[in-house]
Amino acid sequence: MQVPSYVEYERATSVEHALTLLGRPDHRVLAGGHSLIPMMKLRLAQPGVLVDINGLAELAYIKEDGGQLRIGALARHADLLDSQLAGQHFPIFHDAERVVADPIVRLWGTIGGSLCQADPSEDLSAVFAAVRATAVIRSQDGDRQVPVREFHRGPYETVVGPGELLAEIRVPVPAPAHGGTGSAYEKVARRVGDWSVAAAAAMLQLDHGTVEQAGIGLTAVGAEHFVAAQAEDFLRGQPATEENFRAAAKVAAEHCHPVADQRGPEDYKRHLVAELTTRALRRARERATARATA
Amino acid sequence: MTIRVAVTVNGREYARDVEPRLLLIHFLRDELGLTGSHWGCDTSNCGSCVVWLDQRPVKACTVLAAMADGRSVRTVEDLERDGQLDPVQQGFIECHGLQCGFCTPGMMMTARWLLDRDPDPAEAEIREVLSGQVCRCTGYENIVRSVRWAAEHAEGTPK
Repeated sequence: MQVPSYVEYERATSVEHALTLLGRPDHRVLAGGHSLIPMMKLRLAQPGVLVDINGLAELAYIKEDGGQLRIGALARHADLLDSQLAGQHFPIFHDAERVVADPIVRLWGTIGGSLCQADPSEDLSAVFAAVRATAVIRSQDGDRQVPVREFHRGPYETVVGPGELLAEIRVPVPAPAHGGTGSAYEKVARRVGDWSVAAAAAMLQLDHGTVEQAGIGLTAVGAEHFVAAQAEDFLRGQPATEENFRAAAKVAAEHCHPVADQRGPEDYKRHLVAELTTRALRRARERATARATA
Repeated sequence: MTIRVAVTVNGREYARDVEPRLLLIHFLRDELGLTGSHWGCDTSNCGSCVVWLDQRPVKACTVLAAMADGRSVRTVEDLERDGQLDPVQQGFIECHGLQCGFCTPGMMMTARWLLDRDPDPAEAEIREVLSGQVCRCTGYENIVRSVRWAAEHAEGTPK
């Protein structure tokens, strides 16, 4: 029988209340709990006091505002998967949410919780890195904004400090006039609902068939900040061709740092990175083209 | 530290003083004696502990009882109403949807939720929604048939 070790519990009644509690020693946010509670059972996490934020409806939203898609940290995976608004601008979110855990877990696990858990195999980190999202971190001193590409300090570690709470994730919505923007996520897992063996996230901004901006994120393969920066550099300014996608994907595979584990050996994971990055870029281009002509 | 957890389960109000670390599944089984919900893998993988929390299925081994305070819970005990089996239960009987029965409560609670949202789900949709739940007897074909039976017999009796 797995039971968390002794812990105390506080329920936050407002964001301000949560911030007050989180400023105290050994207090930790409890959102969906679908990563934290299993970690507590295994004694990998032993917080002194849980601060339950599930009642903070003001943090659970997905909306467009000021040219940004704004996702409240307490929005659930299922909310993002069900959001037409999010899917319309960023089909990559729906690609990814379809393969995060299982439908029941997705009803409770939160977007903010996934990012803050900072699991190296977690899907959304690479996705938000690819689309160059910004994390809004709230404290009693106000909000600070951190690019998702600088949000993670390492495995299970983020820049969110004591007295702080991840409040929102913002993603710039591509302007309609811009046209030709597409995104996609490709994942290989051993079975339905499992963590990635490897996965690739791609976002392309095209201008008459040329890659104006590329975002490439990688999951579970030790990419720094979940980003394939060298592959992005390679693609920028190049024609969006199958040949260039393959070449960029090869660069991504060379520059990541997968480790052999029960999910597969290193060379297989590099092979997957090359293949999945190519596929994600290809689908991102298809979607970009469809959007431009729509 | 104990805290007061007041929760409406199957329409009835309960309140208990419990440790904050107590999981909802143990609260239901050990504190309230509602042993219909099963406690399986303990790691949110198997889904035999699925109950509804505020109208949405949840793996009750992965939420604290404290998180259910002030909310409502529905368990498998509430599927039968006035001596009338829920069509999902009848479907599991008609289509041999269980063998050992361990996963059944969770499967049925998720199936009921699905049918409330979509009364006529395609087979693929049933498989998808149940994909986070494990039947160690591997009776998946019959489970899917059982849910389809329930969809086709919304009144609980064969047409």
